[in-house]
Amino acid sequence: MVEKVTTINVSKLREDFPVLKRQVNGKPLIYFDNAATSQKPESVIETTDRYYREYNANIHRGIHKLAEEATLAHEEAREKIAKFINAKHTEEIIFTRNATEAINLVAYTWGRANIGKGDKIVLTIMEHHSNIVPWQLLAQEKGANVEYVKIDNGGLLRLDEVHELIDERTKIVCVTQASNVLGTINPVKEIGKVAHRYGAMFLVDAAQSVPHMRVDVRDTDSDFFAFSGHKMLGPTGIGVLHGKSEHLRRMPPFLGGGEMIREVHTTGASWKDIPYKYEAGTPNIVGAIGLGTAVDYLSKIGMENVHEHEREISKYAIGRMSEVKDLTLYGPRDIAQRVGVLSFNLGDIHAHDLASILDEEGIAIRSGHHCAQPLMEFLNVPAMSRASFYIYNTKEEVDVFINALEKARKLFAR
Amino acid sequence: MSSEIYKDIILDYYRNPRNFGDLQDPDVRAKDSNPLCGDIIEMQLKIKDGKVDDIRFKGKGCAISQASASMLTEAVKGKTLDEIKAMGKPNVLELLGIDPGPTRIKCALLGLKVLKLSVYGYLGQAVTDEVKQLV
Repeated sequence: MVEKVTTINVSKLREDFPVLKRQVNGKPLIYFDNAATSQKPESVIETTDRYYREYNANIHRGIHKLAEEATLAHEEAREKIAKFINAKHTEEIIFTRNATEAINLVAYTWGRANIGKGDKIVLTIMEHHSNIVPWQLLAQEKGANVEYVKIDNGGLLRLDEVHELIDERTKIVCVTQASNVLGTINPVKEIGKVAHRYGAMFLVDAAQSVPHMRVDVRDTDSDFFAFSGHKMLGPTGIGVLHGKSEHLRRMPPFLGGGEMIREVHTTGASWKDIPYKYEAGTPNIVGAIGLGTAVDYLSKIGMENVHEHEREISKYAIGRMSEVKDLTLYGPRDIAQRVGVLSFNLGDIHAHDLASILDEEGIAIRSGHHCAQPLMEFLNVPAMSRASFYIYNTKEEVDVFINALEKARKLFAR
Repeated sequence: MSSEIYKDIILDYYRNPRNFGDLQDPDVRAKDSNPLCGDIIEMQLKIKDGKVDDIRFKGKGCAISQASASMLTEAVKGKTLDEIKAMGKPNVLELLGIDPGPTRIKCALLGLKVLKLSVYGYLGQAVTDEVKQLV
């Protein structure tokens, strides 16, 4: 039972984000491109700054004060992240560069060792390229097949196809928890159950879910769970792969090099235990520490509150957008089934033209294929504009956005 | 209702593109797209005495790409192939009357790239790096 949430004090919270004070083209910045990357609070900026000013050192091997402090901070961040997603063990948290690298890690290590000719890899049509291309490369190399679960007219995953496509030949099922185009929240727990029934592995692309809602890898029962730090108030260049420890211990290493070895001889090498086995070379130390601070920030607000705030903004925005003539909104109408990602088209105005007009008003949105070309092809839409929200966005900003859409519509209507 | 980038003239060319369509028996045609946004432009040329005798374009995409391609077709009628080879970004900016900025400049240059591809194709010459790097 979720306890009654308290609402976020947005105007107070906005003061934590220095960039929100900026003007763009003489107008106050309205940042609606959060699905691409989020802005950073003062605390995260300070944490990364302090690392370089006060205890910059390489981790794990140094026997001096700075190395000790840096190692401690780095491993503390791992603990915070483990707790944040309810991992069973801290060593199940592998630091990567981003969600893309996390998924590639699974494809290259588990995939190469376990996928063979004629095996099936099941994805969905709404996956980001980062959860498609690694599997296509693997399938090409091994002679395996990639199949896609489609969506219905309302932008929801076809669960009948989930049951139809997953079978004895299926070795892994890879699904996004929240779509970066449609905003759809997928029933990952249910899909995972189907995968496991057939002995298949289950990977969740959580890049768009972890920043915006409470996640629980034990409840989801995913074998692998990938996300990026920069979309959740953290620095760029740091991401996470969560894997069940029994899999991670069995899988071959990813990159070879320093940090990941136990012993190296001229004849061969042995690996460290997890998580270090998968973290070759000097890692993004400051990135991990910064992500730990971002997790602190989000935890303090409470992920239920984050989700509730975005639901409220989305509900308001959907209502206002439905008043705009010639506007087509994609994705589920039911606010309970989506995150704050609103993709749309306005009449026959090209998405890039619309983004340019909104930019003149200080509004940052995304336009294009959103790294989901198979989905765009399936929907037969060449490009979309996308507004995506986060904790610092307000209804007043939505109003300015709607006015800008009206301006664009009138400009192109003549 | 003013917009810095979308001056009336650009919207006019976008809504009512000049020289849009196909030529009968063109001497050369070329086509290219902008991988960033999928904008497509095709150009068809009739060449006479080393000059552009007639020209049409077709395409799909944003206002900047379509308007600048249309403006180019008007500007190069009667020009020699050498003159077209010598054209560059400043010529396109002059036609548009605005600088669309670093992210949108490629939209504006797609038409010029396709025009130059046509000329090099007609002459049977290798396309220069300068042309390849336009978009």
